[in-house]
Amino acid sequence: MVLYVLNRVLSILLVLLVVSFIIFFATRILPGSAANLMLGEYATKESLQALEREMGLDKPFYLQYLNWIKGIVGGHWGDSLVMKQPVASIIKLRVKNSAFLAIFSLSAVILIGIPLGTLAALRQKGKLDLAIMTGSYIGISIPEFVTGILLILFFAGPWMQLLPTGGYQELSSGVLGWLKHLILPSATLTLILLAHVVRQTRSGVIEVLKSNYIRTARLKGAPERRVILRHTLRNGLLPTITVLAMDLGYLMGSIVIVEEVFAYPGMGRLIIYAITNRDVPLLEMAVLIIAAVYTISNFAADMLYLYLDPRIRYR
Amino acid sequence: MNGETSLASFRTTFRFFTQTPALAIGSSILCLIALVSILGPLISPGATTEQHILERLQAPSFKYPFGTDQYGRDLLSRTLLGGRTSLILGVGAVMLGLILGVPIGLFTGYFRGKADEIVMRFMDILLSFPSLLMALLIITALGASMSHAMLAIGVANCPGISRIVRSATLSVRNEEFVLAAEARGESHLYIMASEIFPNILPPTIIEGTIRIGFAMLIGASLSFLGLGVQPPLADWGLMIRDSREYLFLSPWPLIWSGTALGMTIIGFNLFGDGLRDMIGGGE
Repeated sequence: MVLYVLNRVLSILLVLLVVSFIIFFATRILPGSAANLMLGEYATKESLQALEREMGLDKPFYLQYLNWIKGIVGGHWGDSLVMKQPVASIIKLRVKNSAFLAIFSLSAVILIGIPLGTLAALRQKGKLDLAIMTGSYIGISIPEFVTGILLILFFAGPWMQLLPTGGYQELSSGVLGWLKHLILPSATLTLILLAHVVRQTRSGVIEVLKSNYIRTARLKGAPERRVILRHTLRNGLLPTITVLAMDLGYLMGSIVIVEEVFAYPGMGRLIIYAITNRDVPLLEMAVLIIAAVYTISNFAADMLYLYLDPRIRYR
Repeated sequence: MNGETSLASFRTTFRFFTQTPALAIGSSILCLIALVSILGPLISPGATTEQHILERLQAPSFKYPFGTDQYGRDLLSRTLLGGRTSLILGVGAVMLGLILGVPIGLFTGYFRGKADEIVMRFMDILLSFPSLLMALLIITALGASMSHAMLAIGVANCPGISRIVRSATLSVRNEEFVLAAEARGESHLYIMASEIFPNILPPTIIEGTIRIGFAMLIGASLSFLGLGVQPPLADWGLMIRDSREYLFLSPWPLIWSGTALGMTIIGFNLFGDGLRDMIGGGE
């Protein structure tokens, strides 16, 4: 088991190393990047060369990469080219904002998705099951920006005017205003992710319901409530954890779109801002942070799995 | 056609719909979308870029059955033709993913060994990176355009495809016909192309079909962010992007393009899942 954990930790480091190289490669090494990206297509040759020298782009690329990595590990993340502020402080604020969104939507997904999936499994092939499964199918297929704009149209539009169309309000200036700005973007993310969790929970529960120990539990006269809660869910929900971890990756992609739709100042919007403004240092760190958060939470999911399922622990 | 055969064909159709509803509904939707996209210019009432500045953001009317957008362009024509770019983007990206992923999966699954381990480890790492972020990075490096978006989504699809192809290759690697070809002294290339490839085709096709819906979704997302299809082309993702600003004045641009895009993706997903259930390959 120690070996397993060690192996996973090593693979995290490997993943981050490869990802950092890809990010570096995409933003600096490919022809026409970095200096070109920053100065735009109308840059003069002299200004290009000056910037290349300043960023150390005239050195061989493995040296550039090593210097870059050294800087990141040492905490020197550099300054944003457009905002003229340290990248670290910008990202710190944005990570917090995105974390609120992620926590809200993931909790909603767990609280709604697991009961719905279980219900669908218990009423397998019934009308309720069909309705839930159809709904989740449509949920997977409709892009988040359509769902988001539709929610804006209904809840923030001239008819209802219940919630703001977008933006963000600090928690310190009022809980209600803060919550109001979080509801629609979290709801959009929830609707997208719900589908995956509902489907996985359903198939997990159906699988367990077929097993011998459920039959035994029923035969010995255990009340149905107990059969479901104690015997079925405990085993049926294990794959759901993996799906939740995978959904986190999906969330990292979706959050870019959803934050853009709702003008929500989080990491996703920051990435789009950095791309459209050619802010390379900001972009590199933002993408790297998202990758790190994602990899580490996947690791956490693996560890949770290890804790919950002794069969893996003692293998 | 006499009464009996038409009844029989009706029964076949009916059975198709009851036994594999996903495949039937999916293929119906796709046929409709394909028909509209191909016949678009013939059935659409006007040009997609023709502006009528005095008739902006109109609700559906007799003159404009779907209404008009912020430049007074006919929404019916734009919705009918806006699918072409999305379809080309989705299908093209998956094709590209297949072109890159199939050889990788075939080679690693056939030769195995150290190279296989290293390549697959690398693919797993790429796989763990959210596809949209991967596509965004590639577009950052290359610049925003439709062909770059296609390339980016194709590359983002490659790791997943190569995984599937590799496991399919592994499952036929030690079949008798492969061993026989080896005993005959055929070249590796021949065995891979003529013995293994035809046998891994079904799961590969299923995998490709399932991926089109998702590729279209990412493509539309990129266009929505302004990093995919560029104006003034008619494209559903782009139409949705434009609709945002005038949402409360007229929701019609969003409604038509959103419905069309959602329906097409549902069509591909249903078709892919149905195909997998029917043939029973893939994952």
